[in-house]
Order: sequence, then structure tokens, then C-alpha cells
Amino acid sequence: MSLRTPLSRVLGRGSAGEGVGHWWMQRVTAVALLPLTLWFVISLLGQSLQSYEAMRGWLGQPWVAVLSILLVFTLAWHAKLGVQVVIEDYVHGKGAKAGLLLLNIFVHLSAAVAAIFSILRLAIA
Amino acid sequence: MNQRPLSPHLGVYKFMYTMSLSILHRMTGCVAAVGFLLFVWWLMALASGPVAYATAMHALSSPLAKLLLVGFTFSFVYHFCNGIRHLVWDTGRGLERAQARRSGAAVVVAALVLTAIAVWFGCAAFGLAP
Repeated sequence: MSLRTPLSRVLGRGSAGEGVGHWWMQRVTAVALLPLTLWFVISLLGQSLQSYEAMRGWLGQPWVAVLSILLVFTLAWHAKLGVQVVIEDYVHGKGAKAGLLLLNIFVHLSAAVAAIFSILRLAIA
Repeated sequence: MNQRPLSPHLGVYKFMYTMSLSILHRMTGCVAAVGFLLFVWWLMALASGPVAYATAMHALSSPLAKLLLVGFTFSFVYHFCNGIRHLVWDTGRGLERAQARRSGAAVVVAALVLTAIAVWFGCAAFGLAP
């Protein structure tokens, strides 16, 4: 006889309470980042980086802006998941671990918001 | 109690270069995460206007910054290539020892070649002879 409740068995999340969500999203974001980063790097290499006007004109185009927002959003998410695992594996103090895990979320969320805001400003303002 | 078996630690494994590739994947991931923050700073400078952008580009053209950019580039490229290797493993393919060693060597070569190409283009973008 199992001691697990029927609900727990259906949800399949195990003792950590979150199941394979972290693992799966790391893969989903990784797959999404393959074409996004490839596109961004190749397009960026064709731009004249030194010219403010040229860079602004390039990033401000609708398709470039939309793909760039997808890129920075996915990058921030993927980096948050990766750095989280590193903190969980190598930081052992309870307080330090909790603090760094919080900081990890705040830094990556802030970076994503800052990047998306920047791109929107270039595209819309 | 003290006689109970311990789970194996890293030190009991025979060293193989595929181990260092695995550790390097984590390390380059962390470095690339820092590089992402630098990229966001650059985007903020671009969004702030021509003066801020010129300041940022000037800061990025210092020798130390260029060295850092090469490091970030390698980290990103390695993590990208080895990430593909990990995604292939997730499908259950390429896990045999010989296959994993071969794909590991391919990733190292690809990362070095792609980094060299990116640095070449990067130098051109900064108006430098490579």
C-alpha cells in the first residue's frame, strides 16, 4: 500500500514539489536560444557597431526588436535556471544559499526588464 | 556506522577529459551569464542616447575590455556548442563512451574555430586590423 495521496501520484512532482519543471524549461529555453542567438550574432556582425544611428536604426526595426526581445527574455530565463543549479550545488550555508537564490532571481529579472525596456524604447520612442 | 559504504566522490574517478568538458560547460555558462549582464548594460547605453553609447563603446575598446570580450565570446560559443551535445544526449543518442569522446573533441575544435572567427569579425567591427 502506498502512502502517497492520489493527488500526489497524479501530479507526479516527488518530494521536492516541483517535478521536472526546472529540467524541462532549461531544455525548452536552450532549444529556443539556438536559432535566436545564431540569428542575433550573425545579424549583429553585419552592422556598424561604432555608429549610434546605425545601431538604433537596426534594433528599432519591428522584426529585429521582436526577435531581440524574445532573445533577451529567453537568455535571462535560461541563465537564471543555470545559475540557480550552480548555487544549489555549491553553496552550502543555509542563509547564503537562500540569499544568493533570491539575488539570482532579482538580477536576472532586472536584466530582462532593462533589456526589454531598452529595445522597446529604441523601437517605439 | 563508520563502516558503511560512502557514495563515490569526484576523487575516486579516473580522470578523463570528458569530465573537464562537463565542468567547463558549467563554468562557461556562469561566465556567459555575466556576459549577458554586460550585454544588457550595452543595450541600456544604446537606449540612453548617442553620448551614453559613445561612452560605452569607448569603455569596451580598452585592452582589458577586449580581453574580457574574447573570454565572453569563447564562453558563449563553447556553451552553445556543448549545449547542442547535451541536447543530443537528452534524446538518448551519442552516450557511448567513444561517441562522447569524439563529440567532446569536436565541440572543443568547433568552439576554438568559431571563437577565432567571431574575434576576427569583432576586430573589424571595432575598426581594428585583426
